[in-house]
Amino acid sequence: MIWNRRHLLDIESLSVEELLTVLDTARGFKAVGNRAIKTVPALRGKTVINLFVEPSTRTRISFEIAAQRLTADVVNFNADSSSLKKGETLRDTARNLEAMNADIIIIRHSAAGAPHFLARFLQCSVINAGDGAHEHPTQALLDVFTMREKKGRIEGLKVTIVGDILFSRVARSNIWALKKLGAKVTLCGPPTLVPRVFEQLGCRVCSDVHEALHDADVVNLLRIQHERQRPSMFPGVGEYRAQFGLDKARMAGLKPDVLIMHPGPINRGVEIDADTADGDRSVILEQVTNGLAVRMAVLYLVTGNDPGFVKN
Amino acid sequence: MTSRLVLMNAASLRLAVGRMAHEIAEHHSGSSRIILLGVQTGGIHLATRLSVELESLLSLPVPAGQIDVSLHRDDLSQRPAPTLHPTNLPGDLNGAIVILTDDVLFSGRTIRAALDAMNDYGRPEAVQLAVLIDRKGHRQLPIQPDYAARRLDTRPTQRVDVRWVEDGGDDCVYLEKP
Repeated sequence: MIWNRRHLLDIESLSVEELLTVLDTARGFKAVGNRAIKTVPALRGKTVINLFVEPSTRTRISFEIAAQRLTADVVNFNADSSSLKKGETLRDTARNLEAMNADIIIIRHSAAGAPHFLARFLQCSVINAGDGAHEHPTQALLDVFTMREKKGRIEGLKVTIVGDILFSRVARSNIWALKKLGAKVTLCGPPTLVPRVFEQLGCRVCSDVHEALHDADVVNLLRIQHERQRPSMFPGVGEYRAQFGLDKARMAGLKPDVLIMHPGPINRGVEIDADTADGDRSVILEQVTNGLAVRMAVLYLVTGNDPGFVKN
Repeated sequence: MTSRLVLMNAASLRLAVGRMAHEIAEHHSGSSRIILLGVQTGGIHLATRLSVELESLLSLPVPAGQIDVSLHRDDLSQRPAPTLHPTNLPGDLNGAIVILTDDVLFSGRTIRAALDAMNDYGRPEAVQLAVLIDRKGHRQLPIQPDYAARRLDTRPTQRVDVRWVEDGGDDCVYLEKP
């Protein structure tokens, strides 16, 4: 088992061994979630702060429950009612939280690199819960955990990510994790949202949805991020659904054992129809369950201590 | 250079486990329900072997399981996070006689963690401790074994290394001196 980091900032800088350490540790924590008593004292006396400067329900609650199951004290920071609104800088906000003896700060921010920025001057651990369109490491870890659990391996797996790749931190983190672990990644979506530059990361870029989906072992559908979209780049909901939406008819052309995944929140009737989202190939809710185990693993690993820890 | 001394070979280890099983059987000849719980990872093979011996001695099912103590350790913030291992309980702990097993007893902190970990699963009627090697004089907590195959005077810098056939190689116990 290899882990010598105080922070989890991105997937890009992790080694294969570190990725596997998180996934193996998460397997242990998943078992904890199935017990009658679901709490363990691993983070007893530690303070975890959810610093969510961008809205989120699923990820914040998931981190909150994960921290509570490890017996940490959790404080949720609400950006709307905070001093950030009064003009305080992110640096000052974070230093104040650390001055209250926070041990771990979980940050979500609309600016790419915000967690890396905090990690440069904070002594406590920093976990990236999504920074702009850059990375969302725990989402990728839970996606890969789910694929590995269901398919038994990642190496050689054909994974197709459909949707708004350009603005998606989930896609970027998934691409890094999947490529490191040996999967074959295909990206599919409107050419404006899936530029060919992603080929440089070792992915196949494909605008024909049939070609992208027919032999996929896993299909990961992304939500169209209207909040990050410019009108010139997105074809419109109706056209998107017709071209890329996953519905019953399209499902018929897929492998019978395909896994349908989605990081949520789902826009039913846009990227996926209700039958498919609730169908027997969908593992969307299992992803949510696995998210808890993965986040417990990350909290647990960054709390370990070793003089040999690298700074990030 | 570390030097290595053989404390037990395959034959003496097998005899020691057999003797320990007899000792446990003498104490529990009544109708109590016994569960063996090996502490991950050092104690799991001792639990399995005692289970086989005890079932033939007592003509009762004496199931063996494993318990992981990583999340209950008291040194979590002083070292890298330990690897998690599965916990498998072969039966309900409530009302059972639980015999915790480990290969080497040193500071007693692992056993303290195991007692805590067990709390999450139930309230045994009694808990006993069986270890292959009891390293006397290094205890940091008031924990003593009920059954020990060998009690040893050792220096803190020395290391006792227990090997099992189940992990590949031969049964053997080494004392390593720095």
